[in-house]
Parts: sequence; structure tokens; C-alpha cells
Amino acid sequence: MSNQVALTGNEVMAQAMRQINPDVVAAYPITPQTAMVQLFSQFVADGKVDTEYVTVESEHSAMSATVGASAAGSRAMTATAANGLALMWEVLYIASGTRLPIVMPVVNRALSGPINIHCDHSDAMGARDSGWIQFFAENGQEAYDNAIQAVRISEHEDVRLPSIVNLDGFIISHAVENLEILADEDVEEFVGDYQADNYLLNSEDPIAVGPLDLQDFYFEHKMQQAVAASNVKDVVLEVAKEYEEISGREYGLFEEYKLDDAEVAVVALGSTTGTAKAAVDNLREQGVKAGLLKIRLYRPFPAEEIANALKDLDAVAILDRADTFSTTGGPVYIDTRAALYDSDADLEVVNYVYGLGGRDIKVEEIESVFEDLQQIAETGNVEQKINYLGVRE
Amino acid sequence: MKLKEAAKKEERLTGGHRLCSGCGAGTVVRLVMRASDNPAVVGCSTGCLEVSTTIYPYTAWEDSFIHNAFENVAATISGVESAYRSLRNQGKMDEDFDFIAIGGDGGSYDIGFQSLSGAMERGHDMVYLCYDNGAYMNTGIQRSSATPKGANTTTSPAGEVIPGKQQYRKELTDIMAAHNIPYVAQASPFKPQDLMKKAKKAFETEGPAFLNVLAPCPRGWRSKAEEGIELTKIAADTCFWPLFEVENGEWKLNYNPKAKKPITDWLEPQGRFKHLFKPENEGLIEEIQEHVDERWETILHRCGEE
Amino acid sequence: MVKPGDGYKDIPKGGLILEAGNAKNYKTGGWRTKKPILDKETCINCHRCWAFCPDSSVLSEDGDVKAEIDYDHCKGCGICAHECPVNAIEMEKE
Ligand SMILES: Cc1ncc(C[n+]2csc(CCOP(=O)(O)OP(=O)(O)O)c2C)c(N)n1
Ligand code: SF4
Ligand code: SF4
Ligand code: SF4
Ligand SMILES: [Mg+2]
Repeated sequence: MSNQVALTGNEVMAQAMRQINPDVVAAYPITPQTAMVQLFSQFVADGKVDTEYVTVESEHSAMSATVGASAAGSRAMTATAANGLALMWEVLYIASGTRLPIVMPVVNRALSGPINIHCDHSDAMGARDSGWIQFFAENGQEAYDNAIQAVRISEHEDVRLPSIVNLDGFIISHAVENLEILADEDVEEFVGDYQADNYLLNSEDPIAVGPLDLQDFYFEHKMQQAVAASNVKDVVLEVAKEYEEISGREYGLFEEYKLDDAEVAVVALGSTTGTAKAAVDNLREQGVKAGLLKIRLYRPFPAEEIANALKDLDAVAILDRADTFSTTGGPVYIDTRAALYDSDADLEVVNYVYGLGGRDIKVEEIESVFEDLQQIAETGNVEQKINYLGVRE
Repeated sequence: MKLKEAAKKEERLTGGHRLCSGCGAGTVVRLVMRASDNPAVVGCSTGCLEVSTTIYPYTAWEDSFIHNAFENVAATISGVESAYRSLRNQGKMDEDFDFIAIGGDGGSYDIGFQSLSGAMERGHDMVYLCYDNGAYMNTGIQRSSATPKGANTTTSPAGEVIPGKQQYRKELTDIMAAHNIPYVAQASPFKPQDLMKKAKKAFETEGPAFLNVLAPCPRGWRSKAEEGIELTKIAADTCFWPLFEVENGEWKLNYNPKAKKPITDWLEPQGRFKHLFKPENEGLIEEIQEHVDERWETILHRCGEE
Repeated sequence: MVKPGDGYKDIPKGGLILEAGNAKNYKTGGWRTKKPILDKETCINCHRCWAFCPDSSVLSEDGDVKAEIDYDHCKGCGICAHECPVNAIEMEKE
């Protein structure tokens, strides 16, 4: 059973948190995540959840308290955005290194400076190597579905890694959408009870968490983490299958939109994929074999599968809503190029960094990217590998 | 409680940790943990105590222990304690637990100050213990805001023109009292019963309690290992480190030296103050003495001892 | 317990230590240059040495320190000897 509702992204994520009913939430407000934690606080105040809400004095403490709560043996969540995520940075690594299955919505917003409150992915991309699983969503529905699945994925015994569930600031977080939420009892049953193997609140078997781990074992612990990361893909697919049974909605590592017979395509993540779908549709009407690959699981990066899905194209453009300032392109571009290096694919890969600080991305702009791709496909010439789309000269 | 009665309880911090020989942190923690009557979850900020007591694959803690980072032990234990309350309210556990967050002066006065203040303000049922050795010892004796004025540390070295640390210590205990939490105390290991009594009150307090305990560091103080405890007595006798408690807003003095000793008794046995005894620094010792006298008057006044 | 040389498949995840108090198995007695010797005749069992020892190495049994010093862990700091009110502990060169 599920319910049709009209909610903003923040509202539906607060609903997801209510339905997950974590034992502890420790969070700090930051635009554009604020409405999510406000609404969740109301659920706490109204006794709708069993959660202890820790009104911490910073995001650093939010992540620290969440780590404490999770290590204690409870199911713990937090949520943040941008500078808040950056402030957590140190503790993100501690959470993943300690193998704590925390789930955290991140409402993507540009990192300062200069300060800006609107959407880009510089926050999430800054955390891309922190050992957290990362999901991206096209809309509120997907963000909601990802949040609920993330609990099962993070807590899976082959994984035990924390998850970031990304949703685009304002574009998703503040837009009202018609969507479906599951029945409370379906979510309750789906996520089940969390049982940690070893935890602090166990006086029979006390443990020590976070010791000084030097040359002789640190590497082994990191190796365990690498193995866990390599298990994520299978678990994501397994959980998606189960989720489909209760939701009717299908999920994979990524979505292939009209990619089957495509000659040119874009790769993107987040809400821009909706815009890209409109561009693909327009081009298809004009007879252009255009397609889209929408990444859902960004970390760990499903490199082989993505390379496989792209390999028969003539040219592909990677849309990045963040720069790395490395002069080697945006993060998704770097990942995708690396993925293609080992495949037998023979195609041109170009990069478009776009939408920084919430700059709008229009259907026509993505259509112009496709025009570039067609040109590249025809001539085999790439004038510029790394492009900035929608910036004024 | 008599020491020999206290000794009948199980040891909560084992030998085999790797604090320096004569490190006061070991003494302080052992005594404080004796006052707990429940299984505990101990949190520790990065610093000497943490790195020495949990070197993988060894732990010297008989209780559950968590180290998260340098500046967040109070937030970390906030999370543990919140998990406990949540699980208890849901009927998922019914055992009693004590929660204690332990930080060095660096982890409490400086980098972890915000996290500490936040946790105390929120009212978690936890004890916060600061073992104050007056510098960042773990990283090689750098100054903190708890370092006494004039001390020679590696970032406030006594040089040709600057004679050691330029500022007086921050009075963290007072600041914690200003949080209006139910229990705040300043203690010292030379009075083990007083320390254990305060720790017991702290554990028994419903809500947050804060303990600030002087912990000798022979390495950083440049003092003799065997004299550490004696130095903490001298600290009290010179009124450098007064013993007092603030219970529900009520200030109480716990030790009034029969004859107040000159501050030089405290400075002289410690190599970190050696340069102060050079003729050109004579005025500095006087200044320090005046500061200690003023501080002592304030404490006496607050404790209604005038 | 985790042993030196154990591989990543054999050790608990995430750096957890599952045996509380196992530092007992780590001997720090070798750090000592001087050894405290307790004269049980002189001792008045006040327990000051027990209270101050940073290494939990003055052993008390049933309220009696006349038990033993734990030389496996005692680092020889000399605090016990220095604080004994009746000089019942002597620090002896190792
Ligand atoms: C964020 C961060 N900054 C700096 C350090 C380096 N560091 C580790 S311990 C420490 C000093 C600890 O001092 P204190 O809290 O007084 O404890 P002590 O070692 O003196 O017992 C420092 C500077 C760190 N671990 N983390
Ligand atoms: S440096 Fe000082 S505080 Fe650190 S272990 Fe040694 S004596 Fe203790
Ligand atoms: S301090 Fe001296 S007298 Fe007291 S118990 Fe120890 S050895 Fe005996
Ligand atoms: S010498 Fe130091 S470590 Fe050894 S028993 Fe005495 S106080 Fe403890
Ligand atoms: Mg210190």
C-alpha cells in the first residue's frame, strides 16, 4: 500500500526519516536542508517517532554525535548541506573507517566561497573519497526511495558503510512534486530492526572503538573497507529488487534513457537528468539518436557497468555540476574517462562543467551539447575537451 | 570512603597502558573511574591518555571505550548517551550505564570547547572530565589556553625577548559553572578521597557534571616523575590550583591551606619555569604572584570564606 | 585476540578491539630503571601508594596492600615510595 502525496523534496525526506524511525538523529540546520530537520523536529515533538533528537551546536558535532550513537548500537541519522558537510569532513572518514551504517541526506548546495546557497554538487563531490556510499536522485521520489533503500544497503553485513543520499538544493528540496510514499508499516518492515555485531552499550562484551591503529594494522582495516566498497554494487541491486516488490519502482546502479541504440549521449546525475531527458526527447523527434545515462550510485563508482553501457556510442558528454580545479575536468568526467580506459570502447569523451552556484541549466543548453557531440561524431575532431556551459565571458 | 575500602572495587583501567612513567593522567582516571558503580561508556579525545590506553590491538579499559577525534568527545558521548536514552525509552534495554567524556586541556579548553559547551548546555546525563596537564603534551608540549603564564612550551618558548607564555590561563572551571549545570568541581589527585567523592557526585548527578583535575606531566613540566603528586599538593598550597565545587550554583571551597605558600614553591621544581628565575624576569614572578592572589580572593569570596 | 601478522580477513572490522582490558597482556615492566620494594613490616596499609600509582601496579587484596607489586606493569616512577608516609617502599636500582 502506498499514498499519493504532493510534497517538497525536504518534506518527503523528513517523511522518509519518520518512517525509518531512527533511534537517534543529531542534526544542525543549514539552507537548503533546514525544512527537513524542522519538520523532523516536529515529528519528535509530536511523538510520531521514537527518535532522540540531539540539537547539536554544529555539523561537526552532528556527525560526531551520530558516530557515537551508531557505535553505541543504535540506528542513527543526520542530514546536512554544503558548508555543513564540509565541517563534518574529518568525521566522515571516521564514520566510514569505523564501519558505521549511518544514513545522511545531503541537500546539495555550492560550497563557499564566495558564499552561495544554491545547487551544485561541490559539497558531495568534496566527500567523494571519504568512504561513504553516495546516491543521486532526479527528483524527490527517487531521493525518498534512495533513503529507504540506503538503510538496508548500509546495514548489510557485507557492506557496513555509511550512505549519503543526495538531492539537489532548491530544485528538488523546495519544489512540490506529486509522489508516492510507502505505508509506514511497509517501511518499518522493509528496514527491519538494526542489530550491530559489536557495540558500546553492551556491558557483557565491552569494546574499544577508534584506537590508535599504526603501521601494523591500519592498512588491513583499510583493506577491509575496500572489500566492503566492492560489495556495494551487488547489495544495491539486491535491495533494489526487494524494494521494487513493495514499491513497484525499479532501480539499478544507473538508468539508461534511450541509450540502447544511441550514437551520442550525455552522462549526468541529479535533477539535471530530468532536463536532459527533455533534450533527448526533442532530439529524437528530429531523428538524432540521442541518449542519457543517469548515475544513481556514484560511490562506489560502477565503472565497469558504465563503461559497458557507453561503449557503443560515438561520442559522450559528461555533465559535471562541480569542478575539481585540477584542469583535468569535473569529477564525474574523470571517473568516467578512467572507466572507459580499460574497455574496448572507441569513443570521444568530453566534459561540460555547468550550473555552478545554482546557475540554471536549460533544455536548449543540453541540446547544444548534443550538437557538439554530433559534430565530434562526424568529424572525429574534439576542439575542446573541457568546456564550461552557461558561463558568461 | 577510606582508600582501603575503595581498593576493594575492581580496577577499571589496567596496567599495560603506555602513558609515561609517573604520568598523572593514569592516576586521575583510575581514581575517577573508581567512583562509578555501573558499567560505563568512556569517551576520550585525542591526546596522551587516548593514544596510550588504546594502541591497537590493546585496550587498557575494562569498560566500553570510544575515541572519535580531538575536538569532539563531548559530542560523541552526547550521541552515545542519546542512543542509550532512546533504546531505554523504547524498552530495548534496561541496564544502568554511566557516561564519561574525557579530554585533555587541549581537547577541552581549546579545540573541543564548543563541543563541550554544547553538550553541557543540552543537559546530557554525562560526566565530563578534563585532565589538565597544561599543554598539548601528546604532540610535544605546545601551549594551550590552560598553560600557566610564563611556562616554556614548544610554541611559547622562553627566548631572548619573550619569556615563555604571555597569557594567564583560562579559567575553564568557572566557565563551566557559568553554564549553570548541576555539578562542577575542580580537584587534584593529591587528595584522592576528595577526588573520588567529587567523581561520585558527578556520576550520581542527573544531567551534566564537569570535573577539572590537575594532572602532572613530568615530561612537559620538566619535573621529577616521583614528585608529580607532591606538585599537585604544592599547586593547592600556593593557591595556584584551588579545590572547590559548585553544586547547583552553590560555591564551596574544599581545601584551604593552613599557610599559603609563595608561588615560587610551585614554579621552582618545574623546568618549564626555570627561566623565570633569571634576574631579568624577576618582575614576572611578582606579577604571577599577584594574579594568583587575586584569583584566590575571588574564589574565597565566591565560596563565602572571607 | 588479534595477533601480530594477522591478515585483514582475520581481524574485526573497523578497528574495533573486542577484548576489554587486554592491555594487561602488554608488559611495561621493562621500562623500569628502579624497582619499588615494599617492606611489609613497616607498611601501615594506608593505601596511598595504591591510590597514586598511575599504572594500577600496587595490588590490594581484601583491603590489604601487603599483597604484591605488579612488576609486569610497574614502570618504576617512584611515586609510591615518595608518597609513603612511613618510607615503607624503597626504590632499588634494577
Ligand atoms: C583536528 C586536530 N588537530 C590537531 C591534532 C593534533 N593533536 C593531537 S593530540 C593534540 C594535543 C592534545 O593535547 P591535550 O588535549 O592537552 O591532551 P594531552 O596530550 O596533553 O594529554 C594535538 C594538537 C589532531 N589530532 N586533530
Ligand atoms: S607526555 Fe606527559 S601527559 Fe603525556 S603521557 Fe607523558 S607524562 Fe603523561
Ligand atoms: S603508602 Fe606506604 S604505608 Fe601506605 S600502604 Fe603503601 S607502603 Fe604501606
Ligand atoms: S613505582 Fe610507580 S608504577 Fe611502580 S608501583 Fe610505584 S607508583 Fe606504581
Ligand atoms: Mg594537555
